[in-house]
Amino acid sequence: MHVEDKFTAETWPAAPEKQTLEGKNKFLGFWLFLGGETVLFASLFATYLALKDKVPNAEHALAKDLFELPIVFVATMLLLTSSLTSVYAMYHMKNFNFKKMQLWLGLTVLLGFAFLLLEIYEFNHYVHEYHHTFTSSAFGSAFYTLVGFHGGHVAFGLLWIVTLMVRNAKRGLDLYNAPKFYVASLYWHFIDVVWVFIFTVVYLMGMVG
Amino acid sequence: MASEQTHSGNPRVDIEYRKKKSAEEMRYQIVSFSMMIFLTLVAFIAVGYGDFSAWFIVPFILLLAVVQVVFQLYYFMHMSHKGHEAPALFLYSGLLVGLITILAFMTIIWW
Repeated sequence: MHVEDKFTAETWPAAPEKQTLEGKNKFLGFWLFLGGETVLFASLFATYLALKDKVPNAEHALAKDLFELPIVFVATMLLLTSSLTSVYAMYHMKNFNFKKMQLWLGLTVLLGFAFLLLEIYEFNHYVHEYHHTFTSSAFGSAFYTLVGFHGGHVAFGLLWIVTLMVRNAKRGLDLYNAPKFYVASLYWHFIDVVWVFIFTVVYLMGMVG
Repeated sequence: MASEQTHSGNPRVDIEYRKKKSAEEMRYQIVSFSMMIFLTLVAFIAVGYGDFSAWFIVPFILLLAVVQVVFQLYYFMHMSHKGHEAPALFLYSGLLVGLITILAFMTIIWW
């Protein structure tokens, strides 16, 4: 099979993301990248855990003063659901249903965007209500670096998915873009994997003390 | 993968079979998602309403997070499928280095 082949639902292969050499390479290379991302986030988690609640004096807010469970819970549900919608998108990709794939990717983007807005509101709240900023303490630097890096990944993921949707809007599905969509959805799931540890290690463990 | 393709010679039969397989996989995804939501709820409720000591609650919610991530990796990211030996190697190598980093930062470097 070749990148330029035209397909129908009947001739579309079962694993379209790995039919071409380019697709196979993308798949392998992307997982190598995710291995590297694991190390990157682990080092940010390590820094956060080492510097948690390390503030210069008693006037600075600590983790248990800052965090509120409802907002973190809503953010978690948004991102978790966006992970499911991107699974649906890949389900339709495998069934060669381009329109439904685009629809579910669109939903994924909306949920991801809502998550990002909530995070911006949250950071804004910490800065203005608690004077908890990037430079206010070692705790502040470690917190914003870890959670902000994740937020940056969400923003990049949104741009990536939107770009793929727009650029391929008229092309439809083929073996050229199937690996691209597949890899972008892997990235989106990985963002959710990191968030599971952020809400557990940063927020829930922060509330415990 | 060519080996994952079905070749009955009749594309109509093949597509029926594959649609059934996809629908079946989608059911597993929904079950995974429900489990992930459930584990998240348990973790939030345990911290928000539970009256447990930190010595119990911290390992408990960490365990819930690990289980949830396993669902995400093996079902949502398809690591349970064939042909994921290299991804598993990359991911677990990254995880090993990462865990050593966390251990080092929490024990040797900063204290």
